[in-house]
Amino acid sequence: MSAASPRATAFVGARLVDPESGYDGPGCLVVVEGVIADVVRRPTLDNLSADIRVVDCNGALLIPGLIDLRVKTGEPGAEPKETLKSAARAAAAGGVTSMVLQPDTDPAVDDPAMVDFILRRARDIELVHVYPAGAATKGCEGSRMAEIGLMREAGAVYFTDADKPIIDSKVFRRVLSYAKAFGAMVAHRPADPYLSAGAVATAGEFSGRLGLPSAPAVAERIMLERDLALCELTGARLLVDQITTADSLASLERGRAKGLAVAATASINHLSFNELDIGDYRTFYRLDPPLRPEDDRQALIDAVASGLVEVIVSAHAPAPPEDKRLPFSEAAPGAVGLETFLPALLALHHDGRVALADLIRAVTLAPARLLGLEAGRLTVGAPADLVLCDAFAPVVIDADRLISKSKNSPFDGRRLQGQVLMTLVDGRVVHQAQP
Amino acid sequence: METGADIEASIRTRAFPFPHPHFLSVQGLNRPQAEQLLDLADAFVAVNRQAEKKLGLLRGRTLVNLFFEASTRTQSSFELAAKRLGADVVNMSPRTSSMTKGETLIDTAVTLNAMKPDLLVVRHAASGAAALLSQKVSCSVINAGDGWHEHPTQALLDALTLRRAFGKVEGLTVAICGDVQHSRVARSNVGLLQLLGARVRLVGPPTLMPSGVERWGAEVFHDMRKGVAGVDVVMMLRLQLERMDGAFVPSTREYSRYFGLDSEKLALAAPHVRVMHPGPMNRGVEIESGVADDPRVSLIQEQVEMGVAARMAVLASLAARLEAGQ
Repeated sequence: MSAASPRATAFVGARLVDPESGYDGPGCLVVVEGVIADVVRRPTLDNLSADIRVVDCNGALLIPGLIDLRVKTGEPGAEPKETLKSAARAAAAGGVTSMVLQPDTDPAVDDPAMVDFILRRARDIELVHVYPAGAATKGCEGSRMAEIGLMREAGAVYFTDADKPIIDSKVFRRVLSYAKAFGAMVAHRPADPYLSAGAVATAGEFSGRLGLPSAPAVAERIMLERDLALCELTGARLLVDQITTADSLASLERGRAKGLAVAATASINHLSFNELDIGDYRTFYRLDPPLRPEDDRQALIDAVASGLVEVIVSAHAPAPPEDKRLPFSEAAPGAVGLETFLPALLALHHDGRVALADLIRAVTLAPARLLGLEAGRLTVGAPADLVLCDAFAPVVIDADRLISKSKNSPFDGRRLQGQVLMTLVDGRVVHQAQP
Repeated sequence: METGADIEASIRTRAFPFPHPHFLSVQGLNRPQAEQLLDLADAFVAVNRQAEKKLGLLRGRTLVNLFFEASTRTQSSFELAAKRLGADVVNMSPRTSSMTKGETLIDTAVTLNAMKPDLLVVRHAASGAAALLSQKVSCSVINAGDGWHEHPTQALLDALTLRRAFGKVEGLTVAICGDVQHSRVARSNVGLLQLLGARVRLVGPPTLMPSGVERWGAEVFHDMRKGVAGVDVVMMLRLQLERMDGAFVPSTREYSRYFGLDSEKLALAAPHVRVMHPGPMNRGVEIESGVADDPRVSLIQEQVEMGVAARMAVLASLAARLEAGQ
C-alpha cells in the first residue's frame, strides 16, 4: 500500500478539532511522509501540486487518532478470544491508532523478553501502534516486583497488574518508589479485594433484588485512599485505572489539590451504562468494576467534562461465548470496545454533556502526554495518526459484525451516531469505510 | 368434591388462560393470575386427598427435573405433581450423572431440549440461571430455585398454606425471619405476599439482610422480639451453617439465642400465630423442635402437602398453554 501511495496527501474541507490548540473549525491538513506537514484553518487549499493526492472530507471531522490506554487481547495464551492482529484490525476500524496492551496475559508480560515479543509481533502486523504495559509484579501476582527498569528500557510504557489490585501495601509502596526512580508511571485498579471478593454487582436495591453477590461502592474509595496516601509518601506517578464512583472522584480531587502526580481514567462503559443495565442478567454488562448507580455515572461524566478525569479508555476485554453464555455470576467480566469507542464517546457530546474538544482530548492529547508521545495533536511535525469520521452518521451496533474475534459488546443493538470513514497511522491508510 | 374431569374442564374454559410461557419469578404475576393459580391448587388439594389421584391433564407430556443443586424435597414434589397429572418424568442431576464437568448449563439445556421435553424444571446455584435457560430452549421452564433470586413455587405453596389456614392472605402480617440475603424463598415470598395484600416484615441480623432491603416495601427489624410482636405468621428461613465462615454471624448458639424461634419469642406474636419453614430445618438453630412440632402452631407439614398441589397448578396452567398451541 505504502509503495503506491503518493508522496503527499491533502485533506481538504474538513472540520478540524485539535485538542492542543483548542481549535474547532474548518480546515485542511497535509500529510507528507507520515508526518503532518501543514495545518491550514481554511476550508480549501490553493496551489496544490499535481502529485498530491487530495481527499475531500466534505465537512467530516478530522481529528488525531485515538490513543487507548487499556486494551486486552488474548495473545499470548488465549488466542481464541483475540489475537494481536484481530485487536489491531478492530482498533484501526474504530479509529484507534495507538493502544496500550495490558500485561495480564498467559504468560504475563513481566520481563523484557515478553515486552520485546509483543513489540515484534506488533511490528509484523504493521497496523496500529502497539505499546505494552509491563506487569508491576511477577505474574501479576502481587508479591515480587517485576523488572520495571529493564521492561521500561525494552519499551513498556507503564506498569500495572491490570485487573488485580496489589493487596500488600508494602509491595505497592516499593513498586511506586522503585518505579519513580525510573520515571515510570504505575497504574492501579482501586478495589478493596476483601469487600470485592466474589462480587459481580454494586451493592444496592437493584442487586439485592436480583440476588447477585455484590460489593459496596466504597470498596473502590477505600483502596484509592490507600493508593493516594502511598503516592504522596513516595512521590511516584500514579494512574488510577477506571475510576467509577462519585465518592472516589472526591478523593481524587483532594489528592489533586495536594499536588500529587495522579491521573485517572474512566472507561467508556461506565460513562455509558448504569447498574440497571444488568437487569435481565445480561452477561455483556458483567464488568469489572461493576456498573454503578446513575448518580455515579453522572458524576463521572461531570468529572470528564471538568478535566478531573483526563483520560477515557475503551477497556477492551474480549470474552468468547463460552465465557459469557453462563449465568451472570459465573460469566467472565469485560466488554469489547475498540470498534464502538468513537460513536460511544460522541454520544456524550450529542447529549450535550461534554464539549467535543474536551472529549477528543481525553482520548488523544491527554493519554499522549501521560505516555510522552508526539501523537495526539494536529501539529506540524506530529505523526500523521488521524481519524476522519462522520460525527453525525447514524449507526446501529451489530455485535456479530464486529471485527474483534469476541463479540461481547454491551452496545449491541444500540443506536449511536458516528462512523469512522478513514484511519491513518503514520500517514498510511489502515482502515477505510466501505462506501 | 370436584373430580379430575371438572378441573380439566375448568382449566380449558378459563376466561384468562395463564399468559406466561415459563414460570420463572413471582414478579411477572398480577393478582388475578396469582389468585387463579391458588384456586386451581386448592382444587388439586382435594384430588390429592382422594384414593384415586391420577389425572390426565399432562398425559403424553414429558417433564424433566434438572437439579444442579441436590434437593430431595422439591424434586420429589415436582415429580409427584407431574405424575399425578399423567406426565412422564425424568430426573437428571448433572452433578452426579455422566454429564461431564466442563459442560455448561446451556449445553446441558440444549441437549435436553433436543429430546423434546414439554416442561423443564430447573434448580441452579446461580441467580438468573432459569431465565437464561428459558431463552435457549423451546419448552416451558419452571424455576425451582435460582441462586438467591427466586423460588416462585415455594411462594405459591406458602400462600396456599396461609390461605387455607386463615381463609385469606390479605391483611395478614407475616414476619420472614433469618438469612434473607441468601434466600430465594424470602425474595419470592416478599413479592407474592405483598401482591396478595399481606404486610411483610423482614427480621434478621443486618449482616444477613440484602443491600437496599429498606426499599422493598417491608418493615425491617434487627430485634426479633420486636419483629414478631403481634404478627399472624412467623416464617423461618434456613440458616446455612457455612455462613459462620463468612463472618455473617458469630456462632450458631448466638444466632439461635437472638434469631432462633423458640416458644418464648413466639409468645410475643398474635395468639393465633402460625409458624412456617421451607425446610429442611436446622433444629435448635433457627427453630426449636418444640415449636416446629407443635401441631397447634406449626404449618410445616401442611406446607409439604401444599407443595404438590401448588406445583400441579403451575404445571397444569403451563400445559394448558401448550395445548392451546401458544
